[in-house]
Amino acid sequence: MSTRAEEALDRQATPWLFACAIATALPHAAHQAYWLSAASLLLLGWAVGLWWKNERLPGRWPLILLVIAGCGGILIEFRTLFGRDAGVAMLVLFMAMKLLELKSRRDAMVVIVLGYFLLLTHYLYSQSIPTGIWLLLALWLLTATLIRLHGGASSTRSMSLRYAARLCLQAVPFMLVLYLLFPRISGPLWGLPSDAHAGMTGLSDTMSPGSISRLAQSADIAFRARFVDTLPARHKLYWRGPVLENFDGTTWRPHIGQGTPAALDKLSPSVRYELTLEPHNQRWILALDAPVHLPEGLLLNATLAATQRQPVTERQRFQLAASLDYRFNVAEDSRTLQRNLSTPVESNPKARALALVWRQTSGGPKEIIRKAQDLFAAEFTYTLQPPLLGQNGIDEFLFTTRRGFCEHYAGAFVFLMRAAGIPARVVTGYQGGEFNPLDSHLVIRQSDAHAWAEVWLDDQGWLRVDPTASVSPARIETGIVDALAFDEPLPALVQLRTDWLRNLRYRWEAVNNAWNQHILGYDPQRQRELLSRLGLPETDWRSLATLLGIACSLLVAAMTAWTLYQRPRLDPALRLWQKALRQLARRQVHCAPWETPMALAQRVREQHPALGEPFQNVVDAYLRVRYDDANDNLTPLREAIARLRR
Amino acid sequence: MKIAPSLKQLLFRWKSDGTGPLRLGQRRIFIVPSRGGLLFALALVIMLLGAINYNLALGHALVFLLAGLSIVGMIHTFRNLFGLTITPGRCEPVFAGEIAFFPLSLDNDRTAPRLALELAADSAFPVGAAVDSLGKARVRVPLPAPRRGWLALPRVRLTTRYPLGLFTAWSYLQPEMQCLVYPKPIDAPLPLAGSSDWGGDRHGDGGQEDFSGFRERQPADSPRHVAWKASARHAGEAPLLIKTFAGGTQSKLVFEWQHTAPELSDEVRLGILTGWILAAEAAGNAYGLRLPHLSLPAERGSRHCQRCLEALALFPS
Repeated sequence: MSTRAEEALDRQATPWLFACAIATALPHAAHQAYWLSAASLLLLGWAVGLWWKNERLPGRWPLILLVIAGCGGILIEFRTLFGRDAGVAMLVLFMAMKLLELKSRRDAMVVIVLGYFLLLTHYLYSQSIPTGIWLLLALWLLTATLIRLHGGASSTRSMSLRYAARLCLQAVPFMLVLYLLFPRISGPLWGLPSDAHAGMTGLSDTMSPGSISRLAQSADIAFRARFVDTLPARHKLYWRGPVLENFDGTTWRPHIGQGTPAALDKLSPSVRYELTLEPHNQRWILALDAPVHLPEGLLLNATLAATQRQPVTERQRFQLAASLDYRFNVAEDSRTLQRNLSTPVESNPKARALALVWRQTSGGPKEIIRKAQDLFAAEFTYTLQPPLLGQNGIDEFLFTTRRGFCEHYAGAFVFLMRAAGIPARVVTGYQGGEFNPLDSHLVIRQSDAHAWAEVWLDDQGWLRVDPTASVSPARIETGIVDALAFDEPLPALVQLRTDWLRNLRYRWEAVNNAWNQHILGYDPQRQRELLSRLGLPETDWRSLATLLGIACSLLVAAMTAWTLYQRPRLDPALRLWQKALRQLARRQVHCAPWETPMALAQRVREQHPALGEPFQNVVDAYLRVRYDDANDNLTPLREAIARLRR
Repeated sequence: MKIAPSLKQLLFRWKSDGTGPLRLGQRRIFIVPSRGGLLFALALVIMLLGAINYNLALGHALVFLLAGLSIVGMIHTFRNLFGLTITPGRCEPVFAGEIAFFPLSLDNDRTAPRLALELAADSAFPVGAAVDSLGKARVRVPLPAPRRGWLALPRVRLTTRYPLGLFTAWSYLQPEMQCLVYPKPIDAPLPLAGSSDWGGDRHGDGGQEDFSGFRERQPADSPRHVAWKASARHAGEAPLLIKTFAGGTQSKLVFEWQHTAPELSDEVRLGILTGWILAAEAAGNAYGLRLPHLSLPAERGSRHCQRCLEALALFPS
């Protein structure tokens, strides 16, 4: 069978396959190692060159050597042949190599199937709307190539493309039914490779000078929030991440271990909201301060941070509530307080001395705090590009450079407080957010990353103090764009100050959000909601499968009926002619397939002399309408047929 | 084992479809996934597992779209055969050992063209066909003709994988068609003049030698009489030419069964007679044929030649 001449790949079909390979593999170049992209491009160039010059493809041995070399390269690059990135790299290389082996239609089929497979791998990296559109176009191209392959040269380019579009459109109802009704299984079926969630940005669990200002240069969306009632005032929007208690002189780290459970007194009614968290591969949830009524599955740790058992590796939605005014841990564990008073010995002597002076000259902790805030307000600059700091970083920052981002202020403030005998710690998270009026979502970006301080006072518990607010009140009141000078390296997207550009961005983000919420966010939970709205509560996978089977069968039946029994639209004259023939058939005169109207008229005259004259009129009228270009008046024909009936 | 033929007939409709046009309805079209389709299905299963494992919403959508595409592709592959009308034609006789061609006319009464149809009476000799929108195509199904006599067209398999190649749809056609196969001509020296009653005057072997010109080749002409060099001058575009000879126009020959060596088998003797008739026809001689059961008087012309060859083809063995 494989030796059939017909099975050989025709030369004109090959460029289609090149195009498929490019369309499916190209987007991977954005995140792949350069040598992989270059090697794939070289292989493609080689294949195209051979095709162009109509030369023989390389034999089996060069190809085997290529495969070994490719696998070797991937092994060296990724240290494994499995896992997400290595697997994708292999697929891309195989795709390029297969182009050197395009001999039969079966090889071409392998390229197409590999192409469909490669489409899926793009979703491992991005499921955004542009990716979706690109992949839809690639799918169209792949399908058109299949049609071109199997239709041979008589399937022209435009014909193949049009037919492919038709097929894809007809497949959409099936996709919708399957998407809505296919029993969804959540969670991985087997262990994900270690690199499955690589490359996610977000807060880290440590803080050192520069860590937050680096993050703040990204315009990526960290999470979105939609408030059920009203949007709280901006300066109250503190989204709590990890709380850092241990300081080694440069880096702040969280304390590992259990503390007393958080005791919270609500001082204002709770605000309810839905939070859609982008994956950041960490366990914290970034709930609004202070979280109350956590849903099942979330935990509140001793530092009032909401966490989850598993890292957030995909977009997740949470129904949360917060009390914006609160009293937290008025009776704090003494070990915790002790921990939050300690500073590394012999570091930053000038700052320590200053704190000691404050302590001796002030009436109480509140006055010390105000002194620190006044110090920051007086001569400090808020900037994304602070100078580098050396050994005694806090001394240098406080007395020499006096330029820093929020992590500098929070760190220095907590150090001063601790040195002055007030328990204090650093809290990281996000502050503020941008309200999108189009879909009423508050968008919080990485550029809203923030660090502030918490001090513990008798009778008041942990109290939030944001030293950044003293340096740059605008940061808290209106956002980072207004807090920084024009020449700061903020992402352009965040900086848009023109109204129509900002509106455009709002629109784009609202569309993206809808896409995320409704299309990507369709999970087992949503599936259950939809089915109960359709009147099918309590569905298990069995009833779902039944429903799915019924829906698919109905679709197949409808589609089959529609495609198979489509009759071509007949020429109206021809339709009338067939009507006349039916009249004749009623009188036992049947027109043979080879009989011309004239010959039939002749026969009718002989067999039914009475019918001869009226039928001759029908034939004359019919021939005039059919074959006289200038005449398309059907009335005479209609009348002649009506006379035939009598 | 007796049940097998009737079961086969039930399943595959191995009964004749007659000589009239036949329209493919849904009951005679079969469809199964092709090898490419199985590969595609395997890829889909792996993709679905991947989409579930990595929880890719769009991955699910892609897999479902592709699944829908394969179902739609199946319907369209089926449709590529459904409603096609096949009308048998008349086939030209050939010589044994050549390939007989059975002409079929394919009629498409749908606006969509039907591409990539493949017809095969013998799986080693498939022939492709494509029918335009509302069009007609003539296709000649090849079949090796090893023996003289009537060659009936066996079951013809009509296959298509268009448009996506994921499914193979096929149908069996059994139009009542047969092709006359002449015996394979054997080159043998013409019988000696004295050995029998040669009708008329004969100038030695002149009939084979006095070249008089060319004429177009008829299907019944043996390939060995083709003037290859002369034909090649037209670069293969004109019909093949046959040398004609003037020398023997007056001679009259009657080829007799007895002229061939009796120790040879019947088939070889028929072959020799066929060769003689072709040679005589090519030379433009009048010739007759006398077989044990019938005799044809000497005449010339292609009609006569065909009659003689037909008599040889249908020689009772």
